[in-house]
Amino acid sequence: MRKRKFEELFFRVLMILATIIVSGSFFLIVGTIFFKGLPYMNWDMITKTPGGGFYIGKEGGILNAIIGSFYVAGGATVLGLIISIPVAIFINLYMDGKRLLSNTIRMAFDVLFGIPSIVYGAFGFLIMVYFGIRASLLGGIIAVTLLVIPILVRTLDEVIRTVPFELRDATLSLGATRLETAKVVLRQIRPGIFTAILLSFGRAIGDVASVLFTAGFSDNIPTSLHEPAATLPLAIFFQLGSPVEEVQGRGYASALILTIIVLIITVLADILIKKFSKHKI
Amino acid sequence: MNFRLLKDKILSKLMLVFTLASVSLLLVIGIGLYYKSIPIIQRLGWTELITTSVWKPLKGLFGFFPFIMGTLWVTAIAIIIALPLCLLTALYIVEYAPARIKRILTPFVNLLSGIPPVIFGVWGVLFIIPLIQVHIAPHFVEFSTGYSVLAGGIVLAVMIFPLIVSIISEVLRTIPQELKDASLALGATKWETIKKVILRKALPGIVAATVLAISRAFGETIAVLMVCGNNAIVPHSVFDTGYPLPALIANNYGEMLSIPSYDSALMFAALLLFIIILLFNIISRVILARLERRLAA
Repeated sequence: MRKRKFEELFFRVLMILATIIVSGSFFLIVGTIFFKGLPYMNWDMITKTPGGGFYIGKEGGILNAIIGSFYVAGGATVLGLIISIPVAIFINLYMDGKRLLSNTIRMAFDVLFGIPSIVYGAFGFLIMVYFGIRASLLGGIIAVTLLVIPILVRTLDEVIRTVPFELRDATLSLGATRLETAKVVLRQIRPGIFTAILLSFGRAIGDVASVLFTAGFSDNIPTSLHEPAATLPLAIFFQLGSPVEEVQGRGYASALILTIIVLIITVLADILIKKFSKHKI
Repeated sequence: MNFRLLKDKILSKLMLVFTLASVSLLLVIGIGLYYKSIPIIQRLGWTELITTSVWKPLKGLFGFFPFIMGTLWVTAIAIIIALPLCLLTALYIVEYAPARIKRILTPFVNLLSGIPPVIFGVWGVLFIIPLIQVHIAPHFVEFSTGYSVLAGGIVLAVMIFPLIVSIISEVLRTIPQELKDASLALGATKWETIKKVILRKALPGIVAATVLAISRAFGETIAVLMVCGNNAIVPHSVFDTGYPLPALIANNYGEMLSIPSYDSALMFAALLLFIIILLFNIISRVILARLERRLAA
C-alpha cells in the first residue's frame, strides 16, 4: 500500500517538474534574449538603415530588415488570404455530401503544413529560376506565400466549422445561393479571419529558410518588387556570424526586436481567439 | 435571378481551381524537386548517394551519409529529451492541474510555439553552447566547443515541446471519463489509472504525436545550423559536431550554381527531406484522423 502511495507521489512530482521545465523554457529563451539584447538596443537600431561600415561595428540600424520583413510577411499574407478564403469556403460550403473528398483535402493541407520551410524555400527557388526571377522581394513573397497557405486554410477551415449549420440552412432556405451564404458565413467569422492573418503573419515574419534563397539581402529598403529585400531573421543570422563584438551585440538586439514583434502578434492572436470563442453562438 | 446563379456557378468553379491548385502543390513540389535531382540520381544512383560518406562537390563526389546521420542524431536526441517531458506535462495539464493553473499554463505553450526558429538558434548559441562547453562536456570528453549534435538536439527538443504537448493533451481529452471513473472506483490510484488505462488508450495518439514531432525536427533548419558545428563527418557521440540535411541546403545555396551538379545535389537533399517528411506526416495524420473518427462514433 505504501509503495503505491509513494509511486503516486513520485510521478506527481515528476509531472510538476516536467511542466515547470516545459513552460519555463519560454521564460528562459525570452529572458536570455532580453538580457543579451537590451544593452545594445537604441533608437538607431530601428530608425536607421545600415551606414557605411555597419558590419564592422560602425553606426546604423536594421530598419531595412524590419521594413523588408514587414513587406515580405504582409505581401505573403495578403496573397495567401486571396487564395485561402475561397479554398476554405469551397471545402465547407460547396462540398456537401463529399465528406471523404473534403477530408482528404483537409489532410493534404495538414501535410502541407508539415512540410519544412527549407523545402518551400528550395521549391520557391526552382520557380524563380524557371520564370527567370532574381532573388527579390517578389521571390520572397512567392516562397512565403506557399508557406502560409496551409496555415491560413487550416485556421479558416476550423473557424468556418464553428459556424452553426442552422445559420447556413436558414440562409439557403431563404433562397440565397451558396455564394451569398458564403458572404453571411464570412461576416460571422470576421474575428477568426483576423486570427488567421495574425498567425500567418507571425510565422512569415520569423521564417528564415524560405527567404534565404528567394528574397536576397540588401542594405536599402526595397522600392520595387524586383529589388532584393533584407529580412529580420536573416539580418540576425548574418550579424551573429560576425567576429566583431559590436556587430554580434546588434544581432542580439535584432533578435530582441523580432521576439517583441512576434510576441505581440501571438498575444493579439490569443486574445482574438478567446474573444471569438466567447461570442460563439 | 439567372445572374445570381451564374455568379455562383462561375465563382464555384474558380474556387475549385484554387483548391485543386493548392492541394496539388504537394505533387508539384515533389515532381519539381525530383526533376531537378534527376541528373545526380542518374550519375550516382540512389544507393551510392545515400550510403557513401565522401562529400567533395568540386570533385563531383556527393555522399549524403554524414548528413543523413547528422539529421538522425539530432532528431533522436530531441525526441528522447522532449517526449518524456511533454508526456508528463500533458498528463499533468489534463489530469491533475486545477483549472486556474491550466489557464495560466496554456498561453505559455502557445507563446513558445510562436517564437521564430532563428530566436531558438540565438538562444542555443547564447545559452546551450556555453552550458555544454563549460558544464556538461568536460565531464565526458576532453575538449568540446559546445557546438555539437547534443546542442542541436536540445534546441530542437524545446522547439517541438509545444507541438507534442498540444497533440498529446488533445488525445488525452478524448479518453472517456467513464473509463477513468471505473478504474478509480476499483481502487486504483490516479497514477495507476494513468499507467494502465489512460496511456494504453492514448498510445496511438502518442505515437502520432511522436511521428509528427520527428518530421518537424527533421526539417528544422536555421536553429540547428547555428548550433551543430556543421562538419560533414558522421557523428559518433553526442559531443561530436553534426551536419543535418537542412543545414546543408541552407549553407550552400550561394555557391550551388557555380559548381556543376551541386544544385542538383542540393535539390536531391531537399527531395530526401520532402519524401521522409511527407511519409511521416501522412502516417501520423491517418492515425490522428482515425482517432477523431472513433471519438465521433
